[in-house]
Amino acid sequence: MNTARLLFSRPWIWSFAATTVVWVVTVVFTGGASSLGLSQAALTFAAFSVIVGIGQMFVITLGPGNIDLSVPATMTLSGTLALKLMDVQDSMIAVGLLLSILLGLAVGIGNYVLIKLLRIPPIIATLSMSFIIQSTAIWANRGLRIKPPDILASFTTSNLFGIPNIAIVALVLSAVAWVLLEKTIYGRWISAIGQSTFAARMTGIPVDGTRLATYVLCAVLASICGYLLASFSGGAALNMGAEYLLMSIAVVVIGGTAVAGGNSNIPGIWGASLFMFLVVSMLNTYGFGAGFRLILTGLIIIAVILVAGGRQSNR
Amino acid sequence: MKISSGTVRLIIPAASLTLLLAAVFYMQPRAMSYTGLNLLFNLAVPIALATVAQMLIMAVNDLDLSMGTFVSFCACVTATFLQASPAIGVLIFLGAIAAYAAIGVVIHLRELPSIVVTLGMSFVWGGLAVLMLPSPGGEAPGWARWLMTSRPPFVPMAIVASIVIALVTHFLIMRSSVGVLIRGVGGNVRSVERAGWSVIRLRAGTYALAGFFAVLSGIALVGLTTSADANIALRYTLLSIAGVILGGGEFVGGKVSPIGAVIGALTLTLAGSFLSFMRISPDWQIGAQGAILIVVLALRLFLNRLEKREKSR
Repeated sequence: MNTARLLFSRPWIWSFAATTVVWVVTVVFTGGASSLGLSQAALTFAAFSVIVGIGQMFVITLGPGNIDLSVPATMTLSGTLALKLMDVQDSMIAVGLLLSILLGLAVGIGNYVLIKLLRIPPIIATLSMSFIIQSTAIWANRGLRIKPPDILASFTTSNLFGIPNIAIVALVLSAVAWVLLEKTIYGRWISAIGQSTFAARMTGIPVDGTRLATYVLCAVLASICGYLLASFSGGAALNMGAEYLLMSIAVVVIGGTAVAGGNSNIPGIWGASLFMFLVVSMLNTYGFGAGFRLILTGLIIIAVILVAGGRQSNR
Repeated sequence: MKISSGTVRLIIPAASLTLLLAAVFYMQPRAMSYTGLNLLFNLAVPIALATVAQMLIMAVNDLDLSMGTFVSFCACVTATFLQASPAIGVLIFLGAIAAYAAIGVVIHLRELPSIVVTLGMSFVWGGLAVLMLPSPGGEAPGWARWLMTSRPPFVPMAIVASIVIALVTHFLIMRSSVGVLIRGVGGNVRSVERAGWSVIRLRAGTYALAGFFAVLSGIALVGLTTSADANIALRYTLLSIAGVILGGGEFVGGKVSPIGAVIGALTLTLAGSFLSFMRISPDWQIGAQGAILIVVLALRLFLNRLEKREKSR
């Protein structure tokens, strides 16, 4: 009884419950034939959402109004530039990754400079930034589609003991993020800032430094995700980040992180990412058209929020 | 003479619009004519309406991420049902406005984050739009076409429409008692509640009103483009938020300015024309739009500081 209550008080439990239901429904519908393939696909595609979702979660934790809209553009530019630099040579894989990370650093710092120096609300600052990044990507993407180096391509598309490599990468990153959030002073600081920036400043927390680090972290994770996604899908495309804008926000919130800030959790992001992918594939197996699929996706998001959200009232 | 803070709030957006307009005229003097102005600001009317709708939502401390898909949905309804059988079209629009009111009620009752609920709704509206018009098509109703392409004497339609929108919403939001209450919900919910008003009704009403303006935006858009497409207005979500902020509005606190929002929408529209006059390569057009946004906001910060210094003296 006590364990059950403890379990149900966790905000992330709902996203996992919903995921399980959808998984079972889909597997039952297909007669159990696809359970392994479905799980592997779900893990792979959820992994990309998890990586960008973690970054977005850290930003959202900072409190109301903090959101990074430059995630899709950063992904696109990172994928484009990294593949261009690597130019199908296996020896350049590490250099490409380094370039991605440096790009993330630059974008994150740029975002925060706009927010801090120009006092622009984060939504507008990251939006303006994303326009500039997107333009750079369009300019850099001229010419033929460049393939990823062979080793990198096979790494991103293969499995280890049946678990997709991408999912393992995402798992490692989530573990690091969890330690960062729960066990380090930095994690306590961002939660404190999210709960009350004023109080955090009064207690001597370096608010600006922490916020800068958070925006940089989010951009770096988006960069890494773009690098992996471009390698996974065999080349960078200009619209490859587009769906991750809403996705990164949706997984954070469905996962049980408070939008008002100051309260976040990482397991929920996994549950929500798996859930979002499985819903789409469930609707696909039922043979719904694009229109119905979108409508049902939307209604399901709202239903999950209705069931899970609104309990921790802080208004 | 005492200048109210509301007026000060308006000076900055108006100044940036004037500056941008002057730059366009300098580069392309032929734009300084009836036809030129009409072309420059034509697309501003639907954007201004969507911005006003977003402003209403922001006045109660919420944010509507479904604005773009909802305007697309309305455009699709206009180009199909409203054109073929107006009665059904009007009914659909009434239903959509009721849905907006319902969203407001749900957000209020369950204390849900508006960002997420509207995010979910954006999928719903997008899906409905795709169902109606899987491929671009449809036809604009004659009256919408006539209204948007009419040529009033001396001042182009786009300017007349923008002024009308600005004045109507100004009186609705800044001068009427309902407007004060709506902004009050954004400023201090508790005191509005304690004063005996039903906040849930106010929020539902605000959302319905926002839905109404978004419907008008969809109709105006189809009147200009003559046909619709499920993705026709997706960028309106971000444009409308940027327009409100450019116009001096804030995300929280019920601080909004209808005239500013319309000016913000005009500024964003003009920024696009400005870039094509500058012969910037298409690759960099989006980026330059971002840069303009940053410059205008930096200007606003500079003027705000100046104002503060004046006050403290």
